[in-house]
This record gives sequence, structure tokens and C-alpha cells, in this order.
Amino acid sequence: MIGVRLYLAQRISAMIMAPLVLIHLVTIIYAVQGGLDAAEILSRTRGSVVWGALYALFVLTVSVHAAIGLRVVSHEWLKLRGTGLDVLTWVVGLGLMLLGGRAVVAVIM
Amino acid sequence: MLKPHRHHPLWFAFIVHRLSGVCLALFLPAHFYVLGLALNNGESLDRFLHWTEHPLLRWVEFGLVFCLAVHMFGGVRLLALEFMPWSPKQKTFAALAAALSLLVACLFLLRAT
Amino acid sequence: MARRLGLHQEVLQVNVWRGNASGGKHCHYEVPSLESQTILDVVTWIQRNLDPKLSYRFACRVGMCGTCAMMVNGKPRWTCRTHVRKVLDNNTLTIEPLRNLPVIKDLACDMSEFFDKWDRAQGRFHPSKTRSDDVVRIPPTSVHRTQVDAAIECINCAICYAACDVVQWNPDYLGPAALNRAWTLVNDVRDNNQTVRLRAVSSDAGCHNCHSHQSCTTYCPNEINPTASIAGLKRATAKATLSGKI
Ligand code: SF4
Ligand code: SF4
Ligand code: FES
Repeated sequence: MIGVRLYLAQRISAMIMAPLVLIHLVTIIYAVQGGLDAAEILSRTRGSVVWGALYALFVLTVSVHAAIGLRVVSHEWLKLRGTGLDVLTWVVGLGLMLLGGRAVVAVIM
Repeated sequence: MLKPHRHHPLWFAFIVHRLSGVCLALFLPAHFYVLGLALNNGESLDRFLHWTEHPLLRWVEFGLVFCLAVHMFGGVRLLALEFMPWSPKQKTFAALAAALSLLVACLFLLRAT
Repeated sequence: MARRLGLHQEVLQVNVWRGNASGGKHCHYEVPSLESQTILDVVTWIQRNLDPKLSYRFACRVGMCGTCAMMVNGKPRWTCRTHVRKVLDNNTLTIEPLRNLPVIKDLACDMSEFFDKWDRAQGRFHPSKTRSDDVVRIPPTSVHRTQVDAAIECINCAICYAACDVVQWNPDYLGPAALNRAWTLVNDVRDNNQTVRLRAVSSDAGCHNCHSHQSCTTYCPNEINPTASIAGLKRATAKATLSGKI
């Protein structure tokens, strides 16, 4: 249930995210040693422009990517059609952007 | 579900990609919410992080790391399939994506325990 | 287990779906096993010897016409070129009408929607020249011509269409065969309907809904790769969109 525009949004967001996810995976494996604690996470992220930019970009792209992905799955598997499908796409996209934005602010600022 | 016409490796690659994607999309709001806890200075985040030290949760995290890795590596295969000249090695690439992801998830498990 | 009829005759256990648009069920038949027997031979033997009312479709018997496709043990096959020995499972064959198409009767499906989609995907050639123009010279080794070659030998059998889960889940989806056909025309330098065609395959039911799981490619009897053709369409439409052409 996607045309060429949503397709492009889906693939371009994927291309941006692939390297970001790779960085994230490396960070997870690096940071998980010896358990996680808030001070350790925050000392890495607070005030960092680079982490801030990466995470903001990730939140933006993942919101687009997940919204379109769930749109397709809901259409194919839950038989959602028409307005319902558009509403779902927007709610997922905007919801993730808001929640994600809040998370970025919390760990960076 | 597993009708006979679906019994081929690239259909399994498809279903792994889809299910991992759905899992990640469902996990993401929770992940963002928990990180947002750091807004009030790390204490509630810490409380949550302590709770996640339960050994059972290691396996849930293992699953999530695998989902993330396999969705990414599998996704790179699909991007290459769509945007680069056709390669007949799709099954090999899909197997490679699965193997790499398992490796990443195991590495995570080793470091986490 | 193989039962024995007479002295050496082995017997196949065959379940054939019988019914029409409002429903049906599997009927059981016993068919003598023969050397080099095809699935179409089995169906024909049932119709000639056990039940003359059994409906099915075929024409050429040699893999040219594309009319004889059916589900055999759950997989779509061209029955005139599928040997029983290759697909027999526990001495049993289950033969059903193709998936994803409405049944008319027994093993015969209504193919209208399948071919309507060829039209909707702009699967028709629109000439850019008249009979008084010179013939266009296309080098057989040119990129476009090689791409056409790889996709042109489609016999319209709908096996890929029956194998495609997106067709099942999203019934408007144009499907692998129609999109593969559109791709051959996108590569036809003589055609002058390209913009319309790229728009047609970019609709909400178009090529971008393909998940590249290659079920179409796995079962196509002519070794066509609709997944690759659809990937070509995705690239062509993406490029045309980004450059503002569609
Ligand atoms: S690759 Fe595309 S067209 Fe082929 S079976 Fe899968 S979804 Fe259908
Ligand atoms: S692409 Fe292959 S499977 Fe599909 S209709 Fe043509 S010949 Fe049949
Ligand atoms: S009868 Fe013509 S292809 Fe099988």
C-alpha cells in the first residue's frame, strides 16, 4: 500500500540508518560490559554535539521508516484500509518523533 | 502459515525481516520512554537499569540485538538487490546477514554476562 | 504406501479439488502410475476413466501456452512439464486450482483479473513510428535489449502470481507477471508511452509493494526473474520521481 514517494522515504531513511545502527550496535557491545548505569551513559552523551546530531538523525529517520513499515504490515496482515491506514501511519510517525525527541533531549541536554 | 510454496530460504529471509521490524517498532516507544526518564536526572533511569539486570532480561536483550542486527544486515541486502545490478547470490547474502547478526548478538551476550 | 493393482501396476493416491466459486472439497482417486508420467497426464487419466465431469484447462502439452498451471502438493506448477516422480510426496498428489485467482470450476480458474492487471500496468506496446518509417536497429548486445531478453519469454501461466504472497495480502497488487511485462516495455526503445507506464507501475498497487521474497522467481517455469524486473522498475521510477519526470 505504498506508492513511489513512500517507497523513496522508506529506502532513503534505511540508507541513512544503516551506518547509524552499526554505530549503535558497536556502542551497545562496548557499553554493556560491567553493566549499564545512568551516570556512565550520560557522561558519554551529555553536551555532546556529535551524539546529539546522530541520535536526532536516527529519531527522525526511524520514525519515518517505522511508520511506513507498520503501514504496510497493517495493510497486509490486519486488513487496515483507507483513512484508518493513513491515521495509523501519521500517529506512529509523529508519536515516535515526539517520544524520540524527548529521549534525545533527556540524554544530551 | 507455512504453506508449502513458502518453503524456500528467501521467503524465510522475508519473514525474519518483517517480524524483526515489527518487534523493533513495538520496542522503540518503550526504549525512548525509558531514555526520557533521564530528564529528571538519572535516578529513575538508574532504578530501571537495575531492574534490567535480571538474568531473564539478558535473553530478551539478546533477541532485540539480534532483531536490530538482522533487520539492518538483511535490509542492506535488500537495498543492494534493489539499487545495484542483479546478483544471483541472494541466498548466500541472506545467510551471511543471518550469521553476522547471530555473531553480533552472541558478542553482546558474552559481554553482558 | 504404493498399492499394487494387477501384477506390476503401482497406484498413485490423488486428491483433486472439486467445486466452484461457492466452495468445494477434495475428491480422492487412484491412478495407475506410469513411466514419465506428468501431472497433466494424471488429471487427464482421471477425466477419461473416472470422472468425465472434471474440468481443467490445457492446450499445448509442451510448455508453450501457459494454460495448464495448478497447485501440486501446495506449490504452483506447469502440469504438462512436471513429472509425477519429481513432486510425489509419500505416493500422494494433491492437485488444486491456482492460488490467488477465483475458481470457475474444479481446476479451472478465472484469469480475467490476472490479465486486466497487465493492462493496468501498461503492458501494451505503444509504437512511436509508423509503417512508413525505417525499422529501428537495436543491437542484440545493447543494455536495454539484454534486459528485455531476460524477461521476455513469459508464457502468461500465472504461476508467479499464485506464488506471490503480496497478491494474496493486497489483492490490488499488480503482481509479478504484469510488472515483469511492464519492465520489458520500459526497456523497449521504440515505445512512446514511458511516462504513463512509469506512473502506472508507481500506483499504490504497483511495483513498490514487492517485498523481493522471490517466490515468483523460485517457481517461474521459464526461469524468468520477476523480482529483478521489479527491482528495475523500482530504480526507474525512483529516478524519474527524483528528477521530476513523473
Ligand atoms: S518478489 Fe515481489 S512479485 Fe515476487 S513473489 Fe515476492 S512480492 Fe511477489
Ligand atoms: S513470469 Fe514466469 S511464472 Fe510468471 S506468468 Fe510468466 S512464465 Fe509464468
Ligand atoms: S499445456 Fe501448454 S504449457 Fe502446459
